[in-house]
Amino acid sequence: MLRKIRIIAAAIFFTLITLLFLDFTGTIHAWFGWMAKIQFLPALLAMHVGIVLLLIVLTLVFGRVYCSVICPLGVMQDIISWFGGRRKKNRFSYSPAISWLRYGLLVVFVVALVAGVGSFVALVAPYSSYGRIAQNLFAPIWQAGNNALAFLAERVDSYAFYSTEIWIRSVSTFAIAAATFVVLAVLAWRNGRTYCNTVCPVGTVLGTLSRFSLLKPVIDRSKCVDCKLCARNCKASCIDIENHAIDYSRCVTCMDCIDVCRKGAIEYRRRTSADCTGAAAKNEDKQPAKADASRRNFIAGLGLLAASAAKAQEMKVDGGLATILAKKAPKRDAPITPAGSFSARNMAQHCTGCQLCVSVCPNQVLRPSAGLMTLMQPTMSYESGYCRPECVKCSEVCPAGAIKPITVADKSSIQIGHAVWIKENCVPLTDDVECGNCARHCPTQAITMVASDPAKKDSPKIPTVNVERCIGCGACENLCPVRPFSAIYVEGHLNHRTI
Amino acid sequence: MTPRNKDIDRREFLRRLGAGALTASAALTACKGGGVADGGASGEVPADKMTFRVTPTTGDRVSLLGYGCMRWPMKKTSHGEIIDQEEVNNLVDYALAHGVNYFDTAPPYMQGLSERATGIALGRHSRESYFLATKMSNQRYAGRGWSPEEQFVASVGMYRNSLKTLGTDYIDYYLLHTIGGGSGMPLLKERFFDNGVLDFLLEEREAGRIRNLGFSYHGDVRVFDYMLSRHDEFKWDFVQIQLNYLDWLHAKEVNPRNTNAEYLYAELRKRGIPAVIMEPLLGGRLSNVPDYISARLKQRAPESSVASWAFRFAGSPEGVLTVLSGMTYMEHLQDNIRTYSPLTPLTDDEKEFMEETARLMLQYPTIPCNDCKYCMPCPYGLDIPAILLHYNKCVNESNIPYSSQDDNYRKARRAFLVGYDRSVPKLRQADRCVGCGQCNPECPQHIDIPAQMQRIDRFVENLKQNREF
Repeated sequence: MLRKIRIIAAAIFFTLITLLFLDFTGTIHAWFGWMAKIQFLPALLAMHVGIVLLLIVLTLVFGRVYCSVICPLGVMQDIISWFGGRRKKNRFSYSPAISWLRYGLLVVFVVALVAGVGSFVALVAPYSSYGRIAQNLFAPIWQAGNNALAFLAERVDSYAFYSTEIWIRSVSTFAIAAATFVVLAVLAWRNGRTYCNTVCPVGTVLGTLSRFSLLKPVIDRSKCVDCKLCARNCKASCIDIENHAIDYSRCVTCMDCIDVCRKGAIEYRRRTSADCTGAAAKNEDKQPAKADASRRNFIAGLGLLAASAAKAQEMKVDGGLATILAKKAPKRDAPITPAGSFSARNMAQHCTGCQLCVSVCPNQVLRPSAGLMTLMQPTMSYESGYCRPECVKCSEVCPAGAIKPITVADKSSIQIGHAVWIKENCVPLTDDVECGNCARHCPTQAITMVASDPAKKDSPKIPTVNVERCIGCGACENLCPVRPFSAIYVEGHLNHRTI
Repeated sequence: MTPRNKDIDRREFLRRLGAGALTASAALTACKGGGVADGGASGEVPADKMTFRVTPTTGDRVSLLGYGCMRWPMKKTSHGEIIDQEEVNNLVDYALAHGVNYFDTAPPYMQGLSERATGIALGRHSRESYFLATKMSNQRYAGRGWSPEEQFVASVGMYRNSLKTLGTDYIDYYLLHTIGGGSGMPLLKERFFDNGVLDFLLEEREAGRIRNLGFSYHGDVRVFDYMLSRHDEFKWDFVQIQLNYLDWLHAKEVNPRNTNAEYLYAELRKRGIPAVIMEPLLGGRLSNVPDYISARLKQRAPESSVASWAFRFAGSPEGVLTVLSGMTYMEHLQDNIRTYSPLTPLTDDEKEFMEETARLMLQYPTIPCNDCKYCMPCPYGLDIPAILLHYNKCVNESNIPYSSQDDNYRKARRAFLVGYDRSVPKLRQADRCVGCGQCNPECPQHIDIPAQMQRIDRFVENLKQNREF
């Protein structure tokens, strides 16, 4: 019974959290966005004291139910492990805890967190790992399914489904996600919860607490016949039947043992003989990290390489489409982070790299950073789209406080960067045509077209940027006709300003 | 000999099919694996009832339905779209078997591939069984700073190339392509008078390699009037004009730069010059009409397609030699053959009805794009006709909200935006228009394309941002 409740609850949580990463329409978030916000590490980084306390109390009362119900990575491992178990029954056995590794990794993790090494944090943190897998591996499959439906809908003139673009936002993050998945799948298939009980820092913290939990599975020695069925079905390998003891720091209270015991020798109850002393939560406080911004050389010169769109057409014929070169990202001195993140430093400190914002960005702007220190944390670029004025999706979904909630009105006055004009690329000068597409699409009217030669009124018109009004949304960069490098691009601000 | 036999077999087969209990239309639709019979009209497609008109100068017996070779079916391949030659052959065979004997192409049509495809399909039939029309499209050589000699050499090259591509040593109907466009008179002088191209073409007619010489006209009416004022000298065998029930009296209303077809036709009639009709259906806009108009036409003639009204209108005047239609699908071809086999001329009552319909049409703010693709390729990658066509489709389906307060605003907004992304790839949408204006001189309908692009873009932004308007 208890096991069934656990499984149903886990299924609900797992499905809905996964949908948060898959759903690109924003409907699921309105209802179940909180499920991402009760994840332990994001809540801790967002300094949601209430949620952290709630999770601590939950663990002190029920044990590590967080790990078997709320954590999507844990449930994913259970699913894989279940498939493994169908091939080979009773395959687990007790093994002692590798404490030096568990606590060693926890210490390294906390140090990384404090030092702002976001890449390591994101690599190990369970929720981030799952987000990475869901976003990079599951979402494309989901989207392909949606696109198939959209294809059918188009055939019957229905607007119920629309197709969406499937693209790999960052090769490195995709590779890490794939590697994470493979490693976890192998571990889970063979040994159940190895990752949770040796690597996972959240597991280690909650495990420390769950030793003292009020309710736990307890073996009744009088009923036990030492058949070891429980130990051989314990995916946490934590039942030591020789001593009739359970390592509660590793037990994820999955209730499998209770279900499997034929003698009813295991019960989920208070352990009377145990004497517990309260333990305090660990791992708080962090210090400002050094926000790194790679200073690279300026873009000039690249513009000369840019092939201009207009080509002489020898014998112009009717119809056909001009080929469109793909845009390339310019080298930006400072990374662009979404409005609501306040600064690159705030982002580095809070972001767990869970990819939720990347998943929901409808404009193909957010993607995981490839920087060593900020690996997998979101960064913005405008080759495929720009940060549209009506959208604040990333700020709504962030569970870790890296992107704080903002309104559309707030966004219109938050300066996340500013536009820089590159004379060498600009079409009125290179192709002698009228343009002004940047000015026409600037949502804050920060761009004014002026005659390139002040003395001649009818000289080609070029854009001038009023950087005080520019908010760095990238409309100009994205809609600039010059390819692959735009004639106007956005330089990020390390600290956002409000104008 | 075998190919000829094959043709006869096919013809015989089709004739039997037509005579059978099954209608040819239904059978062919089934053969093709589920095309939709167009316009809802059905019934037998007669093979020997086509209406013919006779030219005064050469005595040619021309079918009232002419085949416009600007919209041949395309098929996708790994390296882009190409003309579906097999299907073109089918359409041409079917057309010839049902009396259609006038084929109109031009060097730039379909990315320059139309002449070749048309030539291949027609080359499988005897040269006497059809009339071939192609054009001097040397507007492409004007305005580039070429000397008259250079233009002459290039133009003559284009003419000879047409003969070669079409695989023939004479052309039945040769046209000075789309005069009246661009700058009007100066462009006409540059293309045909200053460089001696017209003299050359007159000589070719003398030599019999051009059997009929004429011109196709869009735009500046002074050019049209000038050409006719010199009719005594040049003896135009025919003239191609845009005529349909919308342009008959309302061309000027739609665009002040255009001329009503009633005037153009009357001028030709006065001089006894046969009129070849283009855009009888406005690139499908008179077939894909707003629901309300469609219902109105259907109510009056439930058995006839919406398009048949437009064809009857264009074919009714006596001075019309042939009505060109760019028929992409077999169903279009069958429907049009039916309309003209034989033509039932519009009664005065019906003419009045069509005029009322035209006035109703004008109330729908569609953009007068006929999808001729002369504006393409846009150097900045836009798919201009696709954008305009999507806009028109939404106008006709009432999916253009006039205000964010409209009752159906949410539904219309979704339909417009979702449909927009389906019809036009993101990188080819209106927001990419830089306003360079290179397309404008090419548009025979004189649409201010950049202005329309920017208007549609503003509209899309309003929808996307959910702004109040």
